[in-house]
Amino acid sequence: MKSAADSLAATDARRRLRTLKDLVIRHGVTVGGIGVIVAIVLIFFYLLLVVLPLFEPAEMHLATDYALPTDDARTVHLSTEEQAEIAARYLANGELVFFRTADGEPVARENLLPGGARVSAAGISDLAGDGVVLGLNDGRILPTRVEYAISYPDNQRHLEPGIVYPLGSDPIVVDAQGRAIIAVSGRINDNAARFVSVLEDGDVVLTEVALETHFLSGETTIAEATNQSLDVRVGRNELPAFVLMDPLQEWIYLVAESGDAAVLRREAGEFVINERLRLVENGRRVTALRFLTGGISLLVGTDRGRILQWFPVRDDNNDYRLQQIRSFEGPDSPVTDIASEHRRKGFLVGHANGVLGVHYTTSERTLIERKIADAPLARIAISPRANSFLVATADNRMQLWSIDNDHPEISWSALWGKVWYESYPEPEYIWQSSSASSDFEPKFSLAPLSFGTLKAAFYAMLVAMPLAIMGAIFTAYFMTPSLRTMVKPTVEIMEALPTVILGFLAGLWLAPLMEQSLAAIFLLLLLLPIGILATGFAWSRLPSSVRHIVPAGWEPVLLVLPILLVGWLCFAMNGWVENTFFNGNLPQWISNELGIGYDQRNALVVGVAMGFAVIPNIFSIAEDAVFGVPRHLSDGSLALGATPWQTLVRVVLPTASPGIFSGVMIGFGRAVGETMIVLMATGNTPIMDMNIFEGMRTLSANIAVEMGESELGSSHYRVLFLAALVLFLFTFLFNTAAEVIRQRLRRKYSAI
Amino acid sequence: MSNEKTLKTWWKSGSPWVWLNAAAVTLSMIAVIGLLALIAVRGLAHFWAPDVYEFRYEEADGEIVTLYGSIRDTEQVTAARLRQAGMQLDDVESEFVDRHLIKMGNRDQLGSDFRFIVEPRIIERSTPTDIVMVERTEWGDQTGFLREVLENSEVIARGAEAWPEFEQRIARVVELREKINELESDEIGAINYTLEQLRLEERHLELEGELTDARLAELESRRAELDERYQLLLQDLNALYEKINRDSYVMEVQGGIDVELPLARVVRAYQPNAMGFFGKLGFWFEKLWEFVSEEPREANTEGGVFPAIFGTVVMVMLMSVFVTPFGVIAAVYLKEYARQGAVTRIIRIAVNNLAGVPSIVYGVFGLGFFVYFLGGNIDQLFYPEASPSPVFGTPGLLWSSLTLALLTLPVVIVATEEGLSRIPRSLREGSYALGATKAETLWRTVLPMASPAMMTGLILAVARAAGEVAPLMLVGVVKLAPSLPIDGNAPFVHLDRKFMHLGFHIYDVGFQSPNVEAARPLVYATALLLVAIIIILNLAAVRIRNRLREKYRALEN
Repeated sequence: MKSAADSLAATDARRRLRTLKDLVIRHGVTVGGIGVIVAIVLIFFYLLLVVLPLFEPAEMHLATDYALPTDDARTVHLSTEEQAEIAARYLANGELVFFRTADGEPVARENLLPGGARVSAAGISDLAGDGVVLGLNDGRILPTRVEYAISYPDNQRHLEPGIVYPLGSDPIVVDAQGRAIIAVSGRINDNAARFVSVLEDGDVVLTEVALETHFLSGETTIAEATNQSLDVRVGRNELPAFVLMDPLQEWIYLVAESGDAAVLRREAGEFVINERLRLVENGRRVTALRFLTGGISLLVGTDRGRILQWFPVRDDNNDYRLQQIRSFEGPDSPVTDIASEHRRKGFLVGHANGVLGVHYTTSERTLIERKIADAPLARIAISPRANSFLVATADNRMQLWSIDNDHPEISWSALWGKVWYESYPEPEYIWQSSSASSDFEPKFSLAPLSFGTLKAAFYAMLVAMPLAIMGAIFTAYFMTPSLRTMVKPTVEIMEALPTVILGFLAGLWLAPLMEQSLAAIFLLLLLLPIGILATGFAWSRLPSSVRHIVPAGWEPVLLVLPILLVGWLCFAMNGWVENTFFNGNLPQWISNELGIGYDQRNALVVGVAMGFAVIPNIFSIAEDAVFGVPRHLSDGSLALGATPWQTLVRVVLPTASPGIFSGVMIGFGRAVGETMIVLMATGNTPIMDMNIFEGMRTLSANIAVEMGESELGSSHYRVLFLAALVLFLFTFLFNTAAEVIRQRLRRKYSAI
Repeated sequence: MSNEKTLKTWWKSGSPWVWLNAAAVTLSMIAVIGLLALIAVRGLAHFWAPDVYEFRYEEADGEIVTLYGSIRDTEQVTAARLRQAGMQLDDVESEFVDRHLIKMGNRDQLGSDFRFIVEPRIIERSTPTDIVMVERTEWGDQTGFLREVLENSEVIARGAEAWPEFEQRIARVVELREKINELESDEIGAINYTLEQLRLEERHLELEGELTDARLAELESRRAELDERYQLLLQDLNALYEKINRDSYVMEVQGGIDVELPLARVVRAYQPNAMGFFGKLGFWFEKLWEFVSEEPREANTEGGVFPAIFGTVVMVMLMSVFVTPFGVIAAVYLKEYARQGAVTRIIRIAVNNLAGVPSIVYGVFGLGFFVYFLGGNIDQLFYPEASPSPVFGTPGLLWSSLTLALLTLPVVIVATEEGLSRIPRSLREGSYALGATKAETLWRTVLPMASPAMMTGLILAVARAAGEVAPLMLVGVVKLAPSLPIDGNAPFVHLDRKFMHLGFHIYDVGFQSPNVEAARPLVYATALLLVAIIIILNLAAVRIRNRLREKYRALEN
């Protein structure tokens, strides 16, 4: 009895163990299964997570705010070093003060003008903003530059600010009569320096300094300095309050407060007037003028707070004319100062009512507009890294701000719209993500890439759709079962072929072959259908004893020889056709006579190669749909005397058409996302042209080409993620739609 | 009945459309089979030793030159095209010209291995039996006549006697080179690897603040020991180098120039015109074996693809390890445990569609999430000593296989689910009736029966992963990996290493190679290998699936 009770207890224990096991597995599988599904969803959210910062607004935070010493003279220029730890302030009395940005504590002080002259104007003389040319009230100018020596004593970063006089510490005499200079601009290159100064009575003087660089020591010495009065009138003899000279010393812009401007251009060593124009509307006044980084675009600030961007554009006569490109609305308060970012095409604007605006030209974005002081913002200096800036207000206070502005160059219009890039004759869609120069304007238009994607997919579908759908119809409806069991695995193998192999064949075999035998390809398009129909007709005329050798449903096998024959014929005739009609070289004839560009790796090659890749996708689904149409439907039709073809067109296809359509959608989705074929079979140039004989660059190929060299977290990196997200969403939506259609169809079939 | 009328009735019956539809099938089949045939023919022809001709050829400027080369391609082009390309053909009358692409070799002398010649300008061609092709470790092939074999700069054999001597000495050189390779990559490589490990250990201790003098001394002594071994190996190596550099040979190449080269550079030499059919067949197999077993030479344009095969296999195996359990668990959950309804239907559609999401998107995800996010954090946590060089924070084997596992997950889930749904209810009910729990039923009855379906899914996943290139370009594939992902240094499997891949090899050699013309046959051969692997895998999957269907049909009855 005891053993029975024991065994009962043991069974009980085992049962409990089994139930426990069951429970554990149930929960384990549930957790695991949900985990896997979540992981898949994660892809979407991760892509989104990387992309989102592109569209986040910029943020700025006040770091410190302190009063400047009251005995100090007016600040005429302000700049900061790389990390904005130390800033340099040029004062009207000729002093240069280096101070810690955190608390305003001076670290060095230097008197640039021991003679007692005062600074009456200051102009930036290099791209970084460290070089400043000072215009003095006695008709002289003094080019200066601040430098920061970095050392690491005890592993601590230590900055030693200093002043450099690129052309000597003695000011250069511009006006012998000693008239005060009210505006000055200039540039110093390796072998020449040029300055343009506006005197108090409106005379404009060009100072040209030829430089000699000692080939060993690298020291520059002045070889010769000449002053030349420029005979230039601005508007109706107005005082040009603003003057700018571009980095190549080829352009001089003189602008009066009324907005009247004179543009001078250096031609054969002489500055001549290129054009006169008005930069602002009537009645408005110009209150600030600055170059955007790069020295091509002018930023014009007005008394109503608007900022206009102008740059020279080539007109129809190939002359450069200043053109207003875009404008930024600010608060209704005069612009007091504009500070351009050093490495991007963005800028900061100070207004008289204490509002600060952060703008970006390419993307036409106003990132921040915020009132930060009650007094006018007199001077703004942005750090070279564009992550902090200094503001000197008119009430003698200094503010240090940090700014989070990582992706200002991206906006909806920059990504998808036409953008007028610097030095381009008109707004265009351009993708050009990187360049050798540092002040390059990145061009992130996804339009040419999306266009290329759709173009490639379009030509692929043009090739694939007829072949796949017709093939599927025949296989499902007419073909004998024994042949069908051979065709279906072949199509499956076709589907499994790695696209890298198709791409390689397209690029290295098909593209040269097509260039060589383009005439044959077109002949093939013409002769193949004729040959097929002729074969069909001839077969129908054969005596029935012959015809019965091959039963119906074997037509594809009968067609192998005729098709090969026609193909061979076309290629054999290629040379003759070329010689007879196209001067012996069809591609050249196309580009010369028709004016259509011809690339070896073109959309036709991609169409054929990718069409080949897409055929099996469409084929399998379309074949399933046609094959799945219940037999009794077609049997009924045939019994009523319809021919097989009539039955197919009137009964079978209408039923199966949603399935075929869904196959086409899936094929299209695959063509859109295909990478290797387009990467290898086209030249990957991002152009927007439907021309079948030219290439394209697709979103996916672009990712493959550029992802490796994009910097983690940069705008470029995130835009590539955006491209991936667009692809993901596009194909996902297409596939889902196709899947829903198919499921509906399946239900319909089972209902019939 | 007139012919015209028959044509009309024939037209009306719809038969033309049937024929056109049939033609679509035929065209597709011709395209597939033609493509496979093209790859096969060109790929296999790569290993064949073609006859090498001696051409007397009249250049465009009237100069008569002698060219040695094998014809690699012949095409008929219109004379107009050649004229437009700047070729002088005034004395040629026909409108069509046969143009041959010949491989001459001797890149070191001529600047390029290949050139075009046109048939009308060939004055004479012959196949001298004593023409020699030499495969070298650099500068590609050499074509010419063997004149002398030298040992320590003294002539050993000349003229007709030179060839047997040459062959003999090549065998010696090959043997020596193998020894050198072994020393360099295996033994010295292992020492370098250990030294690097020591450096990392020291840095690790330093970061932890545990670098005591005793530890340092220990590290130093181990380093000294390695150094000593290294010096010994270096001596051996130098001795071997001295031996291998003993011999040299003189070839008369195109233009009648005698070129003396060290024998150490020779990989293989043969006289193609003297070889009979069986000789060439033997040579074909030898080259085929070299292709699958050797490492690439000369920027991947010569030699074999073994590292690419190895890398592909390792990556795919690792991927299978990840994808199988997760795919199966997800499928079992969806089919057996989740409540069937709208939610599971949506999930099913979503999973299905993920298979259609472009592979490059997975690559982007893999790079951002696995490499930069996960890898970067792993490096910070576990490998601070390696900084600033990344360990896992850079594309590599692990991330590649994970990315591809994610990519192929839908394939496995769908296949497994299909297998599960094919199992008749009666079997399950029988198991329950006998008192089994759900887990037991699953483990003992359902899963074993569904295992062929899982196998099918896995094989399809492997086939897809083996051919996928785009995502791998972002997450770990390189054109030339210095070492294999598995080697003799602990921990033997190096998940952080970059690897080579057959598909990427095709892209890289075909499109990024400096000498595309020379590399093209190799690309065809690589493509053939890849296609063969994938077709075999797919056919296996189809076979298993069909057998499975038969089995269930039997069960249902």
